[in-house]
Amino acid sequence: MSLLAPPRPARESVRRPRTALRGSLAVVVLLALLVLLAFASLMWGARDIAPADVWAALVSPVTGGNDHGVVRNERVPRTLIGLVAGAALGAAGALMQGVTRNPIADPGLLGLNSGASLAVIVAIAGFHVTSVDGYVWFAFLGAGVAALIVYGAASMGWEGVTPVKLALVGAAVTATATSLITVVLLMDRNTLREFRFWQVGSLANRSLDALTSVLPFVAVGLLVALAAGRVLNALALGDDVARGLGQDVTRGRLLVVLAVVLLCGSAVSLVGPIAFVGLVVPHVARAVVGPDYRWIVALSMLIGPLLLLAADVIGRLVVAGELEAGLVVAFVGAPVLLALVRGSRSVAA
Amino acid sequence: MSALLVPDAERDTTPADVARAGLRTTRLRRRARTFATTLTLVVVAAAVAVTALMLGDYPLSATDVVRALVGLDDGPARIVVFDFRLPRVVLGILVGVAFGLAGALFQSVLRNTLASPDVIGVSQGASAGAVGALLLAGVTGFWVSVAAFAGGAAVGLLLYAVSWRGGMTGYRFVLSGIGVAYVCTSVVGYLLTRSDVQEAQAALLWMTGSVAQADWPLVTTLAVALAALVPLVVLVARGLDLLLLGDEQSAGLGLRPELTRAAVIALGVALACAATAAAGPVAFVALIAAPVARRLLGDGSLALVQSALVGVVLVTGADLVAQHLLPALLPVEFSVPVGVVTGAIGGPYLIWLMAAGRTCTS
Repeated sequence: MSLLAPPRPARESVRRPRTALRGSLAVVVLLALLVLLAFASLMWGARDIAPADVWAALVSPVTGGNDHGVVRNERVPRTLIGLVAGAALGAAGALMQGVTRNPIADPGLLGLNSGASLAVIVAIAGFHVTSVDGYVWFAFLGAGVAALIVYGAASMGWEGVTPVKLALVGAAVTATATSLITVVLLMDRNTLREFRFWQVGSLANRSLDALTSVLPFVAVGLLVALAAGRVLNALALGDDVARGLGQDVTRGRLLVVLAVVLLCGSAVSLVGPIAFVGLVVPHVARAVVGPDYRWIVALSMLIGPLLLLAADVIGRLVVAGELEAGLVVAFVGAPVLLALVRGSRSVAA
Repeated sequence: MSALLVPDAERDTTPADVARAGLRTTRLRRRARTFATTLTLVVVAAAVAVTALMLGDYPLSATDVVRALVGLDDGPARIVVFDFRLPRVVLGILVGVAFGLAGALFQSVLRNTLASPDVIGVSQGASAGAVGALLLAGVTGFWVSVAAFAGGAAVGLLLYAVSWRGGMTGYRFVLSGIGVAYVCTSVVGYLLTRSDVQEAQAALLWMTGSVAQADWPLVTTLAVALAALVPLVVLVARGLDLLLLGDEQSAGLGLRPELTRAAVIALGVALACAATAAAGPVAFVALIAAPVARRLLGDGSLALVQSALVGVVLVTGADLVAQHLLPALLPVEFSVPVGVVTGAIGGPYLIWLMAAGRTCTS
């Protein structure tokens, strides 16, 4: 701090600590909730298992013990996958809304979900893959190719990458991919039979191997996301102002998009196209900590898994045959979104 | 004063004159471009429609078609044109107008390029209604359309209830709409995964959007709905133009911004519901029509007429491809629904427009 620096406006000096305080408090509360929810996810399901047995299954498992097997082979993988995919989707959503300056942007907007879906269709119809684990690399590849097309096409033309162009090209790629998917599904009944279950999104029947294979990508994506808060704060003021503040807008935007591709590509390949988490979570985070993207991204990483895992647990409890997490997320998340939107005083259209 | 001192010869070219002349040329050029664009769109739409009437198992020449249309032909050509081919073409035109207008209205009043009926829940509500009717109630035809209209309208009303708080802001409406859209998508996903795969395929076909089911009663119903709605669009268009200046400016000019916004949104919902009930949520038409029309004009205007025309060209053109070009290319016998082609043609076209365009006015 130079002595020549102008005195800070009083309002800002009051506000900063308050955001930090609220943010830190929220992080602590959310972490505690996540731990509780993760444990609940290990306990509850088609067969309820007592807390002591869950603990025993984790620290000193008995081979052949039926409950221990359920916990270790079924509930631990889906809980971990829920945590990782939720964090990835939440962070990706915050990044997308920041980089496109559009509050209705979700991680699927770059065409990632539809690219992944198309690749899964190819896997089912072309290569006769039927296990969910087998879809992982197809989905990841499809998401990556779609993002490449979207970013490439949006960066051509007169002004380079603008938020509007990103959004429109993303929608265009989604529409094209959806058309191709529909043709296949309408002609090939067997593919539809498999694909409709992948399409709704679920945490069940995934192995830990699938998780470990995409984990490095998620880790890199999350680190970039945490570092991107400053860039997003600058971008929120508009490209010109951001440039004036010394930000390299093009590079910043490219880096953020790369992180979205890593995060959302991993999440889609793990749990299917559940974009809604990425849409609603940043709004909740914004309602808690205000407009600072450094905090929004961080909180989104915690609220995302909370929502996804809660949806999965609820889906196991409400009906006998289990409801997929991707279906429940909308029923849990939409009322939250509506309440937030209704409560917000923002008048800006 | 100083102007009086300038010799006459030089007074002709004062800066003000130059500016005025420049403005006049710009205005003329802009008007010429608007006229040329509109005319081109009309000609293309007419050409596509006539081509669609010519092709089929009983090929007709363009003269045959025109003679049959104006009533100079009483032979088989008249039956082929009027009973078999015209309903489908007219349905395509009406659906194109409705989706094109609905998209343009939503996108301008909500100030969001992504805000089209397929994004803010109207299409998804209609889909949930129709798929529910198909899979749960087991009905077909007319009642599916009724259920679709009811579903879309219910979403529209719900969004009003949620986002109206002494007025309507675009931001609240769009976000609530997306939330509701995801709920409806989940309902559809649930129904699709819990039903017989053959029925699921039928539901998927409806959700793709098709004009193959066209007959005169259906076309007449949609035509009556549009005859009521389009004049209302013309009425609110001026208010919408003012609204784009911002709430305060438009209020200063005597407009009630919140009421205007609510009216425009209601019209958009009604148009989208009507078209979806008739043909299913034909993908992408509502989203792409206005951005394409505005880019073709390039003057930042509302471009409502041109958006409707782009919608018409897209739907009828896509149906032409779906009906006559694709079946020849596909390995198996399969009647392609138009909704597949609108996305497959519209998507790449929009990408090309974005990549090659020089100005961004959307």
